[in-house]
Amino acid sequence: MQQQGEGEGARTVRPAIEGWFTSDPEPHLLGQRCADCATVVFPPRAVTCPNPTCVGEDLPVTSLSRTGRVWSYATNHYPPPAPYVAADPFEPITIAAVELQAEAITVLGQVAGPTDDLRVGAEVELEIGTLLTTDTEEHTVWRWRVVPPAGSRMEVSA
Amino acid sequence: MKGPRDVVVLGAGMHPWGKWGRDFVSYGVHAARAALAEADVEATDIGFISGADTMRNGYPGYVSGATFAQALGWTGIPVASSYAACASGATAIDIARDRILAGRCEVALVVGADTTPKGFLAPNAGERPDDPDWLRFRLLGATNPTYFAFHARRRMDLYGASERDFAEVKVKNARHGLHNPNARYRKETSVDEVLASPIVSDPLRLLQICATSDGGAAVVLASREWAERHGKHTEVRVAAVSTVTPTYPTRIIDLPDLATDSAAVVPAPERAFKEAIGDAAYAEAGIGPDDIEVAEVYDLSTALELDWYEQLGFCGTGEAEKLLADGVTTLGGRLPVNPSGGLACFGEAVPAQAIAQVCELTWQLRGTAAGRQVEIDGRPPRAGITANQGLFGHGSSVIVTRDT
Repeated sequence: MQQQGEGEGARTVRPAIEGWFTSDPEPHLLGQRCADCATVVFPPRAVTCPNPTCVGEDLPVTSLSRTGRVWSYATNHYPPPAPYVAADPFEPITIAAVELQAEAITVLGQVAGPTDDLRVGAEVELEIGTLLTTDTEEHTVWRWRVVPPAGSRMEVSA
Repeated sequence: MKGPRDVVVLGAGMHPWGKWGRDFVSYGVHAARAALAEADVEATDIGFISGADTMRNGYPGYVSGATFAQALGWTGIPVASSYAACASGATAIDIARDRILAGRCEVALVVGADTTPKGFLAPNAGERPDDPDWLRFRLLGATNPTYFAFHARRRMDLYGASERDFAEVKVKNARHGLHNPNARYRKETSVDEVLASPIVSDPLRLLQICATSDGGAAVVLASREWAERHGKHTEVRVAAVSTVTPTYPTRIIDLPDLATDSAAVVPAPERAFKEAIGDAAYAEAGIGPDDIEVAEVYDLSTALELDWYEQLGFCGTGEAEKLLADGVTTLGGRLPVNPSGGLACFGEAVPAQAIAQVCELTWQLRGTAAGRQVEIDGRPPRAGITANQGLFGHGSSVIVTRDT
């Protein structure tokens, strides 16, 4: 756990859910890989392998790909009910379903940043950001950020 | 070929959908008595009561079979109480039907009813970080319409579907439900009206997403031999009940999950979950999509109805918008879908809804669906299919046929 800042109002920063993502050294989702059949699971809370032909109970944690392709997306214009902690005033939130290629898993996450280039098939990458703050804590969560299409990236000379 | 243990629908009954603010039991009793009256059967003829549970009404809702048995008057018969999310009513039908097929019961009553709170369907109160249905709200704000919107967006980006296409589904269903006495919303609407309604979960607007309602529905089932011996209705047979679960690995994100399974090691099944629901029903009934003349499908959103056309094999992938535009699925077309008005006109009363789908098909096959009767070559339809899907791997499809 980190202490943010000093003095009055310092908030403890912690993940909104333990063990599902890391930012060390880069943002990654954390899943599990079955030691017997190698199938991958997210979120990492399986006690037994979900593959019906495998009885494995050893599913160590594994880092998942940090980029993926958008399977679909939706933008919510009304504050979701509790237990979601909605910003006040509410700003529309976009949620994307993202396919991680290597793991062949589709994972949901809010979209951080601009959504102009959001399409089915768009490339996104993982980042960690603030989900909510209380008087004493800041809870972090994973989000997806759209990778700008090649033509719109600024070219940096070597 | 007709068999003596065929399960036939003696009668169907419903309490009108709406926001009446009454106890769910009263809706169920109303529907049960209406079904018994239509069946011309006494409550004391029933050998088994199969209830579909409600999760929003405390303990009596979790033991719905016993609750309705007590409300109708205890007669000592066995009961069952089922919860399968939006497929609860179909599971209740499945259990009753199996009991008759096994010869352990001649006449069964199936009943489901609900009273539902206003607004977004939200999880029960309290902190439950082990519950994926709690976490998808907490971590993402992923409401039910969010998931509906994913499927709508895919239709747009992959098949070129437009907001107008989706709006046309609502317009069709509103026209169908206009004369349905059990429908909550009985008012025609225009594409422009639908597109003027506020965006809820882009690309879906308020008038494209179904409401939640109070309601109750019931059917009385019997063996053909009992029905014939007692001179009751035998026209409508339950030819199949499918309540399949997904096959590992799932590849399509669905309520209330935060992620799918992985297809990296075990390949995904050729037929995805929603296709598999209809496949199992067709296989059991021994018929195919070409034999279907009427359907009641779960239009939680307008775009989801279009998905069902493809998943039930009424047309190929990406062709649902054309099927609708060609008038095929409108009353007067060759395969009307949601002649009842669908969820668009009813709103959802979870435990009653799958039973209500079967009520509608019963009336359609009998030719008694006044004001919205499907006619194929001047006669009532001969085969109908229902389809629905609920959280946590639940889904159902019931096929009813008229053996003339």
